[in-house]
Amino acid sequence: MFAQEDRLSGAYLGIAIAALAVGGLMGLFQALDHAGLSVYADIYPWIRSYYHGLTIHGVLLVLVWTTFFICGFLTFITTRAYNRPLASSRLSLGAFWVMVVGLLLAAWPLLTNDATVMFTFYPPLNAHPAFYIGLTLVVVGTWLVTLNLVLTYRAWRAEHPGERTPLAAFMALVTFVMWTIASLGVAVEMLFLTIPMSLGLLGTTDPLLARTLFWFTGHPIVYFWLLPAYVSWYTLVPRQAGGRLFSDPMARTAFILFLLLSTPVGLHHQFTDPGISPNWKLVHAFVTFAVFFPSLLTFFNVVASLEDAGRARGGTGCLGWIMRLPWGDPSVVAQLLAMILFAFGGISGLVNASYEVNLAVHNTAWVVGHFHLTVGAAVTLTYMGVTYWLVPLLSGRRLWSRLLAQVQPWLWFVGMAIFSNALHRLGLLDMPRRTQIGLALYVLPEWKEILPLVAVGGVIMFVSGVIYVLNIALTALRAPAQAAAPVEFATAVAGPDQSSALLDRWRPWLAVAAIFVVIAYGPVLVDLLVNTPLNVPAKRVW
Amino acid sequence: MNRSHVLFELAWILPSIAIPTGMLVALLVTAFGMGIHVPGHAGRVDPRTLEQTPPFNAPGITQVAPGRYQAVILVKTWSFTPNEIRVPVGSEVTFIASSQDVIHGFRIHGTNVNMMIIPGQISRATARFTRPGEYLFVCHEYCGTGHHLMSGKVIVQG
Repeated sequence: MFAQEDRLSGAYLGIAIAALAVGGLMGLFQALDHAGLSVYADIYPWIRSYYHGLTIHGVLLVLVWTTFFICGFLTFITTRAYNRPLASSRLSLGAFWVMVVGLLLAAWPLLTNDATVMFTFYPPLNAHPAFYIGLTLVVVGTWLVTLNLVLTYRAWRAEHPGERTPLAAFMALVTFVMWTIASLGVAVEMLFLTIPMSLGLLGTTDPLLARTLFWFTGHPIVYFWLLPAYVSWYTLVPRQAGGRLFSDPMARTAFILFLLLSTPVGLHHQFTDPGISPNWKLVHAFVTFAVFFPSLLTFFNVVASLEDAGRARGGTGCLGWIMRLPWGDPSVVAQLLAMILFAFGGISGLVNASYEVNLAVHNTAWVVGHFHLTVGAAVTLTYMGVTYWLVPLLSGRRLWSRLLAQVQPWLWFVGMAIFSNALHRLGLLDMPRRTQIGLALYVLPEWKEILPLVAVGGVIMFVSGVIYVLNIALTALRAPAQAAAPVEFATAVAGPDQSSALLDRWRPWLAVAAIFVVIAYGPVLVDLLVNTPLNVPAKRVW
Repeated sequence: MNRSHVLFELAWILPSIAIPTGMLVALLVTAFGMGIHVPGHAGRVDPRTLEQTPPFNAPGITQVAPGRYQAVILVKTWSFTPNEIRVPVGSEVTFIASSQDVIHGFRIHGTNVNMMIIPGQISRATARFTRPGEYLFVCHEYCGTGHHLMSGKVIVQG
């Protein structure tokens, strides 16, 4: 019934995992460099510098691994939740190929050291035009996915008036709609600043304006990565663990809050920027704290669902149910460990969001420790857990090695714990991020004793990653066939019938989201736009 | 949904609102009560003529009042000018910096000075140095192949 969708989902996942493999290898080199074990002379000219490798690492992991995984996973989830194919199979194919062409265009200068500008590509750093055009096409592809999900929702709605949208499909749609609103910032930056700059149509640019447009998208993009993980935690994990979702209305409320609050927060990445009023920075700090609330709701709801599972499996006592959770199930254990690391990532993220406290950590290794706990652990480990469940479904084969899939998440967990702890501590000691510390002449003695731990954690994660990629590849290609199990979502203790019909309306929420964005960004962007002298020449510095 | 279910949810929701609110209040009290400020508007400048534009035509440290100094820093790939700043202990120093080319960063170890240096913009931050010693400052934003070479120090003399 879903043959085309599932082939496409498989193709998206294949590209995502290939990006994870290459990006992860670059990460190994960086981690080793922190311990003084530099390999960059040996891999020249394939990788021209630490920064060339670091750009590949960032682009492939935070832009490609995430985006392609999300498109594959949420397309799959949507078809199963509605039990109907996507509205347009041509649109599905079109979106996929636009994204693939975009990826290839961007990958070419990325790999040839013509786009060594990091995944943030702050102008006036000037990369090859194919890099910007390619990434823009990837974003356009995601918009086509959004369009298809909207059309599918409307087709389903026409046949089911008055019914609550199936929770998983609702969450998938919120994720893509939120992303589409959020991506407008980077789309404007690309179309009006970076692409004309790289083509030579605009010799000069405005770095602060570009940076502000970038972070308009750059913070909500983390919710674009995170919400698909929440889709799994809410709608799949409770059932996999043998329990029920605690509260469906609370889950929907959390997602609506993410739709409203994800975007008007980007200035918390720019607390230390000149040229932006501290008052507006403070407003974004407030909203960032507000968007912490739906994550707290998620924490409660997911843990309560896990408790339901643990008790259903015979667990008793205040904490005894935890031991009864299916820790031997690769998909579940990966996601449980992801949740544990995410708690710490959330806490360090609050520090980043804390206005003047941010001065202690901004652009230090602390930030690197933080986002490896979030996108590198909460998101990545959850996606890995999802693929242990999804790849067998898509390929009709059983997991190639269940044992390796049970061990791999623990390795990632231990490696990440060591790695991110070391980076957080180095950040508090003011070690800068995005810096080839192995060649820096100013390394402080107190950094030296911590630096080897970065390499230890990185090597453990790399081993875990190799095991993961091999196991998934062999599952997709070589493992013995098994009959496909039906996809079942978690039922809820408090079900969708108890959720307000208001949560299923779109126009009021979209209007509120738009108002929040206009209030939080309108004056800041107008000020920058009206006063821009556009007087900074483009430059290649690598 | 039964009553205990609702109470259970409320027992989580209310602290989930109260705790972040309490943290925000703590932030406001420390920011405004203790006067710890993040950078803001400090003027624009044309990076193409930065070296001719005051005060960046004469980078360095000047005394503006007893115990108060102004340090003007010209930033470019891959150096700070000056990269050594000497002040007596107890000084309050206002750092004024701008970039001639790409985005850089400026962080002085062990102080509250942490700012982006964005071409076209002037960045400003103030610190009081109450203990003698050497304070490392580094560029903390990727600015090309020599990024890790960019550093300097504030030498506070006792």
